[in-house]
Amino acid sequence: MEWDWSKVGDFMPAFRDGVLVTLQALLLGSLIAFGLGLVWALAQRSELKAVRWPVTVFTEFVRNTPLLVQLFFLYYVLPEWGVTFSALTTGVIGLGLHYSTYTAEVYRAGIDGVPRGQWEAAKALSLPRTRTWGAVILPQAIRRVVPALGNYVVAMLKDSPMIATIGVLEMLGEARQFGSQTFVMTEPITIVGIAFILIAYPASLLMRALERRLVR
Amino acid sequence: MSADSNPGNHTTEHTNPTADGRELIRFDKVTKRFGDNTVLDNLDFTVAAGKHVTLIGPSGSGKTTILRLLMTLLKVDEGTIRVDGDYLTHEEKGGKLVPAGERHTREVRKKIGMVFQQFNLFPNMKVLRNIMEAPVHVLGLGKDEAEQRARELLDLVGLGDRCDAYPTQLSGGQQQRVAIARALAMRPQVLLLDEVTSALDPELVAGVLDVLRDIAHTTDITMLCVTHEMNFARDISDDVLMFDAGRVIESGSPDKIFSDPEHERTREFLSAVL
Repeated sequence: MEWDWSKVGDFMPAFRDGVLVTLQALLLGSLIAFGLGLVWALAQRSELKAVRWPVTVFTEFVRNTPLLVQLFFLYYVLPEWGVTFSALTTGVIGLGLHYSTYTAEVYRAGIDGVPRGQWEAAKALSLPRTRTWGAVILPQAIRRVVPALGNYVVAMLKDSPMIATIGVLEMLGEARQFGSQTFVMTEPITIVGIAFILIAYPASLLMRALERRLVR
Repeated sequence: MSADSNPGNHTTEHTNPTADGRELIRFDKVTKRFGDNTVLDNLDFTVAAGKHVTLIGPSGSGKTTILRLLMTLLKVDEGTIRVDGDYLTHEEKGGKLVPAGERHTREVRKKIGMVFQQFNLFPNMKVLRNIMEAPVHVLGLGKDEAEQRARELLDLVGLGDRCDAYPTQLSGGQQQRVAIARALAMRPQVLLLDEVTSALDPELVAGVLDVLRDIAHTTDITMLCVTHEMNFARDISDDVLMFDAGRVIESGSPDKIFSDPEHERTREFLSAVL
């Protein structure tokens, strides 16, 4: 087995497409995971049992079933009920939804970590609920969980090849397709492996920089 | 202190035009339990407008509980609290007292400000915003007006030059002075002081007490204080209430309580702390 640079060149166009899909899935999936996770975390602190309970059941369910099953469900089962998305959209929603149940726990821990005195001071000043959450509690809670959220971005990146199973050709999917067409595996798979590191490392550096900026 | 150099002495704005001895706070048969432990037992007491009242007594005797009940950080089990004539956590409906809605409680609570042992400044906000937050978002003041009020109050507590600092960049004593300014920015009729110097290094206590002494002597704001600083209590108080086991066992002027206490428990307590 020898390394053939010309094969690397042949793989480049497909690789570039794959990288773009991976980055899209990661970015949009993260946004969904960060946004929805916060919604779940807040809903679980609701005073209404009718809000808390379904959210708890849903997030537990999602967290305890495989991402693969969820992707298949979104892609193959939902259309039977008339809900159809493109494969990429389905993949992004699947990743985002799955990881939102983890980020919800992260937010919850962050909110629980805000000292009781902060709630009491907000109450003593009669701050309305929206200000108490928006200006006092969440800024402090999120600040302390940025590193943990960052870990889930990297975890999501590593799970992103799953969406190839519903036909979204991200980096690894492109490499496999290239391999099955040309019987060349060494170069594409190696390149994709390196690409994962090259995306993950700057991503974690970015989160660390964000953490330094936010943590006071 | 910088308050002396503050010609626009706005502290007069705290003046309560009806400080004529009317009841500002009234506890009627208030009982508070934590599990089996009865912290306040059928407690009655009143504080007249403009008075400075200090609660003393051994720890666990219910002093701090009184402040926390007033701030609605705790709920009464039995009895009622009135602030300036209005029930704090009850409403009158059809001649009966029923638990009050959040809105009613908020309105009554706005008359009360509190300074905490642990300062509880918002660490994510600069000093100036800490003070402006509630006036802007609770009282509906304009940004400019709120900022002006905040700057005046910071001058009053001697921190006019630290507007742009974050709380963690300040000493404990400075943080507590900001917390005092933050409470005053709401122009409360009553200021609750919950062991405000207990968390401070000894050398920082005097600065905070000076500020409070200044406020006590130059304004008509009503103060309800829990403190272990007996000299301070003696200096600012009109009345001292001695608590033991959830009851007021003795009350009177500071001279009377500190120099000539009647109750044996008071004598024991004072000889232990003085």
